[in-house]
Amino acid sequence: MEQFGVFDIIGPIMIGPSSSHTAGAVKIGYIAMRIHGKSIKKVQFYLHGSFAKTYVGHGTDRALLSGVMGFLPDDERIKDAYSIGDSIGLEYEFIEADLGEVHPNTVKIQLTSKEGKITEVMGASIGGGKIKILKINDIDVAFDGEYTTLIVKHYDRPGVIAGITAVLAEHTINIAFMKLFRQAKGEFARLIVEMDDSITRQVLKEIKAVKYIKEVAYIEKMAL
Amino acid sequence: MNIKSGIELLSYCEEKKVPIYHAAIDYEKQNSGMSEKEILDKMMISWNVMKVSIAKGLDKKQNIKGKMIGGEAKKLKEYYDSHVSVCGLTMSKAISYALSVIEVNASMGRIVACPTAGSSGVLPAVLLSTKETFNLLDKDIIHGLLTSSMVGIIIGKNASLSGAQGGCQAEVGSASAMAAAAVVEMLGGSCEQALHAASMCLKNIMGLVCDPVAGLVEVPCAKRNTIGTANAMISAEMALAGIVSIIPFDEVVYAMDRVGRMMPVCLRETAEGGVAATPTGQRLKEEIMPKA
Repeated sequence: MEQFGVFDIIGPIMIGPSSSHTAGAVKIGYIAMRIHGKSIKKVQFYLHGSFAKTYVGHGTDRALLSGVMGFLPDDERIKDAYSIGDSIGLEYEFIEADLGEVHPNTVKIQLTSKEGKITEVMGASIGGGKIKILKINDIDVAFDGEYTTLIVKHYDRPGVIAGITAVLAEHTINIAFMKLFRQAKGEFARLIVEMDDSITRQVLKEIKAVKYIKEVAYIEKMAL
Repeated sequence: MNIKSGIELLSYCEEKKVPIYHAAIDYEKQNSGMSEKEILDKMMISWNVMKVSIAKGLDKKQNIKGKMIGGEAKKLKEYYDSHVSVCGLTMSKAISYALSVIEVNASMGRIVACPTAGSSGVLPAVLLSTKETFNLLDKDIIHGLLTSSMVGIIIGKNASLSGAQGGCQAEVGSASAMAAAAVVEMLGGSCEQALHAASMCLKNIMGLVCDPVAGLVEVPCAKRNTIGTANAMISAEMALAGIVSIIPFDEVVYAMDRVGRMMPVCLRETAEGGVAATPTGQRLKEEIMPKA
């Protein structure tokens, strides 16, 4: 039996018209931006399935672009995403694509920073504003942004995870879910930590200081 | 505390001698760890968003994506402000509120999904109309929203709140059941009466399909929100008068779930059946989304 809270029924507060094609799309764009970092020169959206066919009618394009610019699903600036993007000199492109055997509302977002760093994030909007992030660069992942989330890119070495959890334990932060993904032994891995509590800058700093860690992205639980 | 059915809700309310909204507060405290004050404050934020979304469309025509709808709320307001209303001013106002919210939603404005974006007009419309008629306070409306959430939670757990799964009966049907229960409780009716009102709403539009033209939340969704609004108000009135639903709430929800499962996929939000499949529906789709 599916579980609901009071604010799943009366909520979310969102920009219309569609929870899956608009609100969910903002979330995916937003999470992609948080993983990549705020420095974005160019963004390409590869739209699959229903997203590809209906993105203009549902405002999915503006929703994705808004998320990448850091707007949340209830932000009234979403409908003006194009003009805001243009005013800050953001290059953007929407491309219809076949992303394979994935949910019909799937998008792959490629972000390029001014320094030339490229990040690819693939996510699906699975209904009611709920989403799933499926891939970061070439690594398969799985999380939904329903919790405060840490995404750690690190070298696959013994003790890295113990180092991270030790910092969290020391600051009495409870881990709700934790998943580790890697491509090949000894190479880069991604750790997804979903937590019950928010973390401070200090905690983030301490985690970044753990040996073999390359990057840490931190995403506050969204109101949606 | 995990209330899963109407029966469980009734016995909780009877045992504790509390109204449904209080059960909702207890439920959410446990579900989210929020305090009562936090829950009430958060609900007030939603209510404020609802009020703004009603005012917007009544004030001026919104700029809509598909351009199939737009300006209806204002048109209706101008009509009932200058004519004798066919359905009585209370009802006419309420349906203009529902039209306004859906117009705001379709124009990429801010709304509260309740339970969904497609059915977001019903609850605000019914609650604001009731507030005006009976001079209620915002505090009463917050309680009403909590009452309605409990009804929505039970429907969601036992059937569905999504058009893709259960058709429009799951969206506008649920929204009207939620709104009717809220009105009954806000006006002093019992938990039992609130559930009778909710049952009547679900029965009244059981089987309603989800057939959005071009897949957009415009046609026939805007007007479906008006029937949902009227449905909530007539059911609440009947329940307050002591009229009961012969079929109990839990059995009605079960029936609605069965009907939803029997519905073919073309009538569940895919825009392939119902009015979406009519020649005009197809032409509009072609004009709005030539690629689809």
